[in-house]
Amino acid sequence: MELTGAQILIHFLEDEGVEHIWGYPGGAALPIYDALDTDAKELKHILVRHEQAAVHAADGYARSTGKPGVVLVTSGPGATNTVTGIATAHMDSTPLIVITGQVATDMIGLDAFQEVDTVGITRPIVKHNFLVKDVNDLAMTLKKAFYIATTGRPGPVVIDIPKDVQNATSTYEYPQEVELRSYLPVVKGHTGQIKKAVEMMLSAERPIFYTGGGVIMGEGSEELVKLVKSLGYPITQTLMGLGAFPADDKQNIGMLGMHGTYEANLAMHHCDVLIAIGSRFDDRVTGNIAKFCPTAKIIHVDIDPASISKNVVVDIPIVGPVQQVVQEMNTQLAKLNKKPDAVALQAWWSQIDEWRNVDCLKYDTTGSKIKPQAAVQAVWEVTKGDAYVTADVGQHQMFAAQYYTFNKPRRWINSGGLGTMGFGLPAAMGVQMAYPDATVLCITGEGSIQMNIQELSTCMQYGLPIKVVCLNNGFLGMVRQWQEFFYDRRYSMSYMDSLPNFVKLAEAYGHVGVRIDDPKTMKKQLEEAFALKDRFVFIDIITDQQENVYPMIPAGAGQNEMILV
Amino acid sequence: MLIENESGALSRVSGLFSARGYNIHALTVAPTEDESLSRLTLVTIGTAHQIEQIVKHLNRLIDVVKVIDLTEGPHIERELMLVKLSATGEFREEFVRLTDIFRGTIVDVTATTYTVQMIGETQKLDAYIAAIDPALILETVRSGAMGIMRGEKCLQI
Ligand SMILES: Cc1ncc(C[n+]2csc(CCOP(=O)(O)OP(=O)(O)O)c2C)c(N)n1
Ligand SMILES: [Mg+2]
Repeated sequence: MELTGAQILIHFLEDEGVEHIWGYPGGAALPIYDALDTDAKELKHILVRHEQAAVHAADGYARSTGKPGVVLVTSGPGATNTVTGIATAHMDSTPLIVITGQVATDMIGLDAFQEVDTVGITRPIVKHNFLVKDVNDLAMTLKKAFYIATTGRPGPVVIDIPKDVQNATSTYEYPQEVELRSYLPVVKGHTGQIKKAVEMMLSAERPIFYTGGGVIMGEGSEELVKLVKSLGYPITQTLMGLGAFPADDKQNIGMLGMHGTYEANLAMHHCDVLIAIGSRFDDRVTGNIAKFCPTAKIIHVDIDPASISKNVVVDIPIVGPVQQVVQEMNTQLAKLNKKPDAVALQAWWSQIDEWRNVDCLKYDTTGSKIKPQAAVQAVWEVTKGDAYVTADVGQHQMFAAQYYTFNKPRRWINSGGLGTMGFGLPAAMGVQMAYPDATVLCITGEGSIQMNIQELSTCMQYGLPIKVVCLNNGFLGMVRQWQEFFYDRRYSMSYMDSLPNFVKLAEAYGHVGVRIDDPKTMKKQLEEAFALKDRFVFIDIITDQQENVYPMIPAGAGQNEMILV
Repeated sequence: MLIENESGALSRVSGLFSARGYNIHALTVAPTEDESLSRLTLVTIGTAHQIEQIVKHLNRLIDVVKVIDLTEGPHIERELMLVKLSATGEFREEFVRLTDIFRGTIVDVTATTYTVQMIGETQKLDAYIAAIDPALILETVRSGAMGIMRGEKCLQI
């Protein structure tokens, strides 16, 4: 079939099974937008109001479904506006395809109108990128891009397509197969290493599982639950890993790290065997590396060899897909027919329960102001703990992670690695698009929501019934908290002055707005808001301005050096 | 290492080093007899752990086809240097002798200068330079080290 480059792109996306594409048109992408109009059958394009939001939306779609999210933008400013979104996806290893228009090949390098070196700008924040110079290479390049983005450790791939390549013609046939000599993702963990790991696990007296986003990305949740249940060991999950193991299970001792629970961080500090799966020893998790898990032997399972022994040198590295490796662990364990040391495990659990009894997440419930923790808990109750929850970045994000207990994978969607304010609302759009009938909510702050507030318009156009839960403390709360603790309460630039009336703002966009400022009416008002199943509702909850996130491990401190209240 | 002979491949390698704070001491690259591949030799300095990380990160780059650490086994290392020297009076004789000792070749001569070509391990080239009064060195150009494994082992795909 003889098609233009632009048509090839559209046909390819449909043949690849892409359902949604998030984007914004402009000069260097016009041939593609035209082909979208003439050639697309099933493919649905969603017009955002800012390219950054397109990327976050595609990212939210990818995180909630496991399928790659696809973005289409123009050259120059269109491309540069995607940078924050791409970096966000890169840090959290989500599969994204970002298609950027480019000026015609004979104009490249001449500082043409809306020309930027997209491939150069995005190089450090992508898994890979391509500049397509010949229309005959287009279909295969697209196939490679999807293959790279979705296999191994997933990540964003950028494809820059000059306008003349979009207009040139070539015969098109969907490439069924793809092979890259320099890219061979590991498909199986080393059996010998897995055996060693299983033996080390069984020999443990104070074991702990420390699992991360890799379990969710790698669809390893089911096998993990099986493994953890059969051993009876405690498990702590990272911010990115929440939901891979049910939070309401007794073996779950909560999130670890800077704002993790007392019991999780102390159990990490005192463990003798640490089983790290799909987690990457991030500095927000380890605290001071020199003081990290001083008595532990470490097993580390990860798809990415470069993640292993990067920050912390481990004893048994296993490179492989989480699902396959953990499944093999389960099989080997069943064959061995050996049980963990019951006496030691009993003692370990009583120690952990003692730490647990400190009840580090308790908070004052007597005041007349709404506590952000109480707001999240109320939202949890109203949504029966069964919503898809996205978050922005700040205190509200930590409160969401701590108080909305996640029992299923892919339900908690936040920017963990880059910590991108402005992620939450567009990400929720991606999730709602993927699951039109699900309850999707975005827990945000009055600071973060203003970083992509323009998307209220997109939500109106596509009828996305998202519920925005804004924990409005009138401050860049997380910044204020650090200033209170570490900068002698000099609240430099952390007060959010001149806030809009969010209720009226929501109404101006055609949505419903609700303001909640009384703890007594909160639950009822939330119930009413969530009862509006097919409406977008902006719920502005006025919370205690002075509340802080506890516990906290100050940067540079050890895991056993927590501030409790 | 062997990398795809494509525009951008080299900047992915050099970008990795700058982004992760590793140091490139020397780098040399040219296409191979297989047109689709370039051979790149890079010299860097680090602890065993750092070098291991560097190799892992390089392997992660899609355009990097194969990486080996030559210092893990017996290997041959060579660098090419061209030096222009101010050669007048007694130094015309002196530089011929010195260059001979270092098995270099004088490849260009003017009334006041010599241009010397020298091939060898980096340390040898350093030693030659150290033996000459800096005031008489007009210009140097060095290729950076290239390396190959000794014996029958090859870096191939
Ligand atoms: C794009 C971006 N800019 C700056 C920051 C630094 N930062 C982290 S949290 C935070 C405050 C967020 O305020 P708000 O959204 O109101 O949340 P709160 O902490 O008050 O719950 C800031 C400024 C960031 N994470 N992202
Ligand atoms: Mg705030």
